[in-house]
Amino acid sequence: MCLGIPGKIIEKYKLNNMLMGKIDFGGVIREACLEYVPEAEIGDYTLIHVGFALNLISEQEAQDTLDLIKEIESLALADYPGNSQ
Amino acid sequence: MKYVQEFRDPAGVHALAGKIRKTVTQPWVIMEICGGQTHAIMRYGLDQLLPEQLTLVHGPGCPVCVTSLEQIDRALAIAAQSDVIFTSYGDMLRVPGSGKDLFSVRAAGGDVRIVYSPLDAVEIALQNPSKQVVFFAIGFETTAPANCMSVLQAEQLGLKNYSVLVSHVRVPAAMRTILVSPGNQVQSFLAAGHVCTVMGYWEYVPIAEEMKIPIIVTGFEPVDILQGILMAVTQLEFGKYEVKNAYSRLVSFNGNRKSQEVIGQVFEECDRKWRGIGLIPTSGWRLKPEYQKFDAENRFQIKDINSEESTLCIAGQILQGIKKPTECSAFGKSCTPEHPLGATMVSSEGTCAAYYHYGRI
Repeated sequence: MCLGIPGKIIEKYKLNNMLMGKIDFGGVIREACLEYVPEAEIGDYTLIHVGFALNLISEQEAQDTLDLIKEIESLALADYPGNSQ
Repeated sequence: MKYVQEFRDPAGVHALAGKIRKTVTQPWVIMEICGGQTHAIMRYGLDQLLPEQLTLVHGPGCPVCVTSLEQIDRALAIAAQSDVIFTSYGDMLRVPGSGKDLFSVRAAGGDVRIVYSPLDAVEIALQNPSKQVVFFAIGFETTAPANCMSVLQAEQLGLKNYSVLVSHVRVPAAMRTILVSPGNQVQSFLAAGHVCTVMGYWEYVPIAEEMKIPIIVTGFEPVDILQGILMAVTQLEFGKYEVKNAYSRLVSFNGNRKSQEVIGQVFEECDRKWRGIGLIPTSGWRLKPEYQKFDAENRFQIKDINSEESTLCIAGQILQGIKKPTECSAFGKSCTPEHPLGATMVSSEGTCAAYYHYGRI
């Protein structure tokens, strides 16, 4: 029920006085309401839940998390016998 | 897909699982709040990568499961009326009421429609001025911004034939209820990432401090979940109890302020009955007096709801993490996804459905 799907904003427009957008989910395009992310720009990634953008996705924060995981990976590899230099 | 595949990377998953195994030195019990997280754990077999001392119990974060039987019976009574188009998220249609479900109301001639978004329900109301269109507004905080916006949109469009049957629930009060329950074993929570996307995590700080329990805001992909578990066991092992964020690409401390403003405009706090658990004070939202003209409970005077729950179903204990589905005598026998006794077997997020679909029988 609380699932959200990340997608890229490719179009912004007003409909019935509401800020709406076209969202690209890896090739599938759907409409979503952007009222809760008025700062959104075309090209931004957002998370869509029941047809609404909940927030924008922070590229920087995502990269920081992935960097941290890479660090844990390299430490784990160094622990294997024969891998430690 | 960007922001999906990289958080399912097997190398990252195994490295995190390895670090969790190294960190854990004693038994711990962690509860993931959200049913979406439960399904990801089962689907990717994440529980099987964890050390034996670590037990994951599954929380009440499935709105389809906790919507009270009385509210479902009200939905059934409204949906059966001839001038009504009843709209709902798809998961609700097979949830058993006292005698039947929304699918059987539809089979008997009721106009029951599945919508993807509450704005679709508003559109149906616009297209069908001679019908009363009712939307079953269930959900946790995640879904509240959408459901509230449908009410504001209906007001702006001057729709007289749109109403919502509200059954909104909130996480913080449920967390406290679980922690003070006599059978409680939970020592740390993985908070629901998308609830916190909307609400932030400022509400959890007093819970962590008062109840001395680490709370980790956690996402839904395998890497997200294991990172949340790692941050939880690290705090548990070191005797800390803070609120930390393992889902920072979407969640900030304050959450989405615009959403919270709109929720505060349309909803007010209320006590709410949870299916299988009972009444939890301040655990729900209802329409504020100025929006009660959109309340389906006022518009349709449904009296004398006589609700009766299956006596075999132990969903209440499952939703609080006290029992696992495999401890239920009906699980997989008289209760299956095709013939569910309780909502936890119906919903795509229900714990019993997760155990059934991913072979934990």
